[in-house]
Amino acid sequence: MAEYSVIGTSLAKVDAPERVTGKATYGADLDLPGMLWAKLVRSPHAHARIKRIDTSRAKALPGVKAVITAHDLPSLPKGATAPLVGEVSIDMSAIREIVMASDKVRYHGQVVAAVAATDPFIAEEAAGLVDVAYEPLPVVEGVLQAMQSDAPLVHEDLHTLEEATQERSDQPSNVSTHMVYTRGDVEAGFAAADAVVEKTYTTQMVHQGYLEPQACAARVEPNGRVTLWTSAQGHFTVRTQLVTLLGLPASQLKVVPMEIGGGFGGKALALFEPTAIVLAQKTSRPVKLVVSREEVLRATGPGAPAVITVKAGATQDGKITALTTTMRYDAGAFPGSPVARGLLVGLAPYKLDNMVAEGFDVLTNKPRVQAYRAPGGTPAAFAVEALMDALADEIGVDPLAFRQKNAAEEGDTLPLGMPLNRIGLTEVLKQIEAHPCWTTPLEGPYRGRGLALGYWIGGSFTSSAEVKINPDATASIFVGTVDLTGTRTTISQMVADELQLDPQDITITVGDTDSAPFADLSGGSRITYTMSAAAHQASQDVLTQLKERAAEKLKVSADEVEYQAKRFWAKDDAQNEVSLAELARESVAWGSGPIIGKGSPTRMQPAHAYAAHVADVEIDPETGKVTILRYTCFQDVGKAINPTQVEGQIQGGAVQGIGWALNEEYIFDNGELKNASLLDYRCPVALDLPMIETVLTEVPASEGPYGLRGVGEVPIVPPGAALANAIYRATGTRLYELPMNPERIFWATRGNGTNGSHETNGSGGA
Amino acid sequence: MKQAIELNVNGEPHATLVDSRETLLDTLRYKLGHMGPKEGCGNGNCGACTVVLNGAVVNSCLVFAVEAAGADVTTVEGVAAEGNLHPVQQAFIEHGALQCGFCTPGFIMSAKALLERNPNPSEPEIRLAISGNLCRCTGYDKIVRAIQAASQALSQTA
Repeated sequence: MAEYSVIGTSLAKVDAPERVTGKATYGADLDLPGMLWAKLVRSPHAHARIKRIDTSRAKALPGVKAVITAHDLPSLPKGATAPLVGEVSIDMSAIREIVMASDKVRYHGQVVAAVAATDPFIAEEAAGLVDVAYEPLPVVEGVLQAMQSDAPLVHEDLHTLEEATQERSDQPSNVSTHMVYTRGDVEAGFAAADAVVEKTYTTQMVHQGYLEPQACAARVEPNGRVTLWTSAQGHFTVRTQLVTLLGLPASQLKVVPMEIGGGFGGKALALFEPTAIVLAQKTSRPVKLVVSREEVLRATGPGAPAVITVKAGATQDGKITALTTTMRYDAGAFPGSPVARGLLVGLAPYKLDNMVAEGFDVLTNKPRVQAYRAPGGTPAAFAVEALMDALADEIGVDPLAFRQKNAAEEGDTLPLGMPLNRIGLTEVLKQIEAHPCWTTPLEGPYRGRGLALGYWIGGSFTSSAEVKINPDATASIFVGTVDLTGTRTTISQMVADELQLDPQDITITVGDTDSAPFADLSGGSRITYTMSAAAHQASQDVLTQLKERAAEKLKVSADEVEYQAKRFWAKDDAQNEVSLAELARESVAWGSGPIIGKGSPTRMQPAHAYAAHVADVEIDPETGKVTILRYTCFQDVGKAINPTQVEGQIQGGAVQGIGWALNEEYIFDNGELKNASLLDYRCPVALDLPMIETVLTEVPASEGPYGLRGVGEVPIVPPGAALANAIYRATGTRLYELPMNPERIFWATRGNGTNGSHETNGSGGA
Repeated sequence: MKQAIELNVNGEPHATLVDSRETLLDTLRYKLGHMGPKEGCGNGNCGACTVVLNGAVVNSCLVFAVEAAGADVTTVEGVAAEGNLHPVQQAFIEHGALQCGFCTPGFIMSAKALLERNPNPSEPEIRLAISGNLCRCTGYDKIVRAIQAASQALSQTA
């Protein structure tokens, strides 16, 4: 199918009407009869041994129905894992500690107990009556500090895993994993270089900033089964984790996906659902658990900070000869930072013949990080793309020409070993060359233009779809993939084109774990990509069945049946026809049977996404404040199924990256977050921003029926360096630390302040 | 401590018993079943709970329910008159000005109030008017464009 009538159009979001009228139902909107309210009790220490927990005063408060601690959760063997997505597993014994700490708290705000009461005020009061005795321990806060041999240990029994040999270190350490990838001969490469630049870059912990705090509700049904409502990125993924955590068979759990108010990677893990279920089991009443914004910021799992050293050399004509990087990612209190993704994303735009890429997964007394849009990619690209800019500058080559000279192409091998299938980086760079955002001179003092590249591997994993034909010749789609940002719409568009139906004749439902076909969680820019194959397969299945029915009626063989515009006819006799309406009507009549198609592709290869951002900035020399004058995002999207939605994804991701670059950071004091509100943790508001221009390139992906690539992750990757490079051209000063807030720029341009020379943990400037 | 209050929500009179600590947002959501206003922060930073209270745009999480006794409240559920979407709602749909939709009820209220007091706002005026509403999905571009489009649509019908 080459001609599309719905794919490629900006169909309005099919679920927009209920959202603009306030009717869409999110996790916290559930109100169940007889429902109790849960409240979590959290640690006031970043690192402490729990001496004892006395729940008696809390339990005595009228209206309190249950108080639980970690002892009320089923015990779990250390190292018990559950599959997260694809071949990635997660250590559920760590998740259990995040759900509720057993013997030691490892970050400020870690949950130690939970209460359920008849109203939220009583629940809150009771939470304050849970007496916990702690023995405070020394806190390790920064990545570099944690890597020192004399640093306090976050886990006394953790030994560094050497990834290449799979051996563990003799001594316990805060480094959970060390990895090294090498290629070629870096010494020879650096020797061949005319210029070599080496710098260290620092980024801070940031939050995904989804507007909806986590919310879930659990009810034990009369037959003992548990129904769980949750606004998570994957309800099947939540079920899988609960099976391990609570020892419940999957068949005893029905997980119902609620609308989700943003996730960006931060709502993949079952951190609250186990508590709601255990409280519901203890009280025999429905229990709802909604966390506050302060809890969201303190302890739900932010995005990882990093300290990254990059060294690269190039010849006078702009060819990179060697690159080494050391990326140290802060995982928070339990292993699992996205450092490997950082190595991949940072280096993926370049041909690197000689390379050493080293990564450390480092533990600190901070909340365990979770994924945040292109997890690991943003700090890495900030470092690599700023370093590349400095290197290009050093040899006097234009930054765009420098990228073009070294850009990865189809057939090249990614730094971690995977060969690249069809990619569109060259085409993206070509578009910049001729675009006014690049060709228009930027005049005036304190103004500068910056360029940076971005990459995301593009998620795959399992998605599935069922498509059925309704008696009125419309189609219904049934999926198990949570719709974060508009996938109901894009999937509907695909099925509409496949079945040649009007999009108004398509409905789509995201079903619960009892009824919907299995799907991995929504994340990694994988849903529209994998669903394109699922929708295609399911639709083709439907058409095959319909053609068989038509063939019977037309007295020809199925392969002689043609279909177009709701009409089937015999190939050699166009008058010999039957309508879709008739077949649809008969499908529910006795004897014929319903038409149900299914599609479930697995193991699709990655559809690599490349992007480049161009930023024009103006700096206020008095205050150091950055004003973005113009911001343009170039991206290879493969095929824009819905251009408006694609643009929206790119604009939203870019603005999250801009916030990370200019404003957002966690500010800690001895492990305690000091800016746990959306006033003090300042996400960009409308007034901070210009319009965000988007330029879509469509180089079809190697796999999938329409050539599309996932688009959501990559736009958050380039802004840090695009803005740092622009700030350099505006001020002559390079910044080595995010966020580049007014204070940092003020001091850096005056030769003062830290400017990335060591970890400041958010203390800002001097 | 409980207190009985009466208030009008989207033109309908209600009487309810509220806790003295309860916010207008809680009352709207859990006593009166108006789940449109959302709690994104609980302290007036995000604007997801925006409603109109006696003609003023407020964060309903910053108003105690007892303060709203006798008040007229409009929530997002009261914006579409007799089932017909307001031009602001229509524009949000047409311009892709929402993704997850959690912040949308607040934006609809702020945008509608802006256009009522300033039918032809400039882009900076629009950005200022919605700067108390956080959106993490869209980057605001399409929201600003939707409000511009709604402004035009309203001026053509006026």
